[in-house]
Amino acid sequence: MIHISLAAEPLYHVFGVPINNSLITGIVGSTVIIALFVSAARRVTLHPKSKLVNAVETICEMILDLVDEVFHDRAKARKYFPFLMTIFMFILVNNWLGLLPGVGSITVMTKEGLAPLFRGANADLNTTLALAIISVVMTQIYAARELGVAKHLKKYFSLNPIMTFVGMLELVGEFSKMVSFSFRLFGNIFAGEVLLAVIAFLAPLAAPLPFFGLELFVGLVQALVFTMLTLVFLAIATTDHSEYNHAEESVGH
Amino acid sequence: MKAIMPGLTILLGGAMPAFAIGWMGSHAMDAIGRNPEAAGKLQTVLILVVAFAEAIAIYSLVIALILKFV
Repeated sequence: MIHISLAAEPLYHVFGVPINNSLITGIVGSTVIIALFVSAARRVTLHPKSKLVNAVETICEMILDLVDEVFHDRAKARKYFPFLMTIFMFILVNNWLGLLPGVGSITVMTKEGLAPLFRGANADLNTTLALAIISVVMTQIYAARELGVAKHLKKYFSLNPIMTFVGMLELVGEFSKMVSFSFRLFGNIFAGEVLLAVIAFLAPLAAPLPFFGLELFVGLVQALVFTMLTLVFLAIATTDHSEYNHAEESVGH
Repeated sequence: MKAIMPGLTILLGGAMPAFAIGWMGSHAMDAIGRNPEAAGKLQTVLILVVAFAEAIAIYSLVIALILKFV
């Protein structure tokens, strides 16, 4: 029977902290990203000949253009670009690492029985929930920094009864954002793994190949969706919406 | 009951997003037919929005898997 486990399996315990198989893949993924970007950053020149530098530059430019398109402000886009790029690269690299041969097929013996040594980092709800919390909390912090804490909190808490109700909805919305962010990514990647396992079980060798292509595409789209949503929420949160009324008032006076 | 619930979950959760994605696709076709130059811009937005509709199916898949295996 196919081995499908909804939760990541703990392999070792270090001082009582369980080390999951998806945590190991996540660390490998982070190492890959850091190595890639550090080695690209070292070779940057005015006219880089290195293919690696050009490739990294192309990805960065693509995301920067995307950010710029939403913010309509190059300075602001450059300010928030590192945060969004980190999210994009982490999700993309980890999605694609989960498709490599060996992930899920190399097993080690643990106390509970055989468990795969590697498991896609985003196929564990803990990773995606952490990403979702980072995304939502950082949006709040950036918004508070951009607009001021008092003005930002006014969005959620107000003495006006209608605005109190709207603020409550907004507050619930922040938590539902976390849930939808984490389940969307986890579900897509986990469902992909289950799909690949089932197809490989039903018809081995060539049959899973087109599905690998599909999963590569899904990995890219999900990384893009996560980044895009974070970007849009960030753009909405850091824009001052009361500006419009003030402008009208000053015209009236 | 335990055997039929995952099937029903994925039946309903798969049918609605399938309808939604089909609808989006048909409207995108309409739009591209009227304005073929906008195809590139529409494609990016379409893929994003389809991913959102698909997410609903994925939620129900996760719930079906939880019902089945947990």
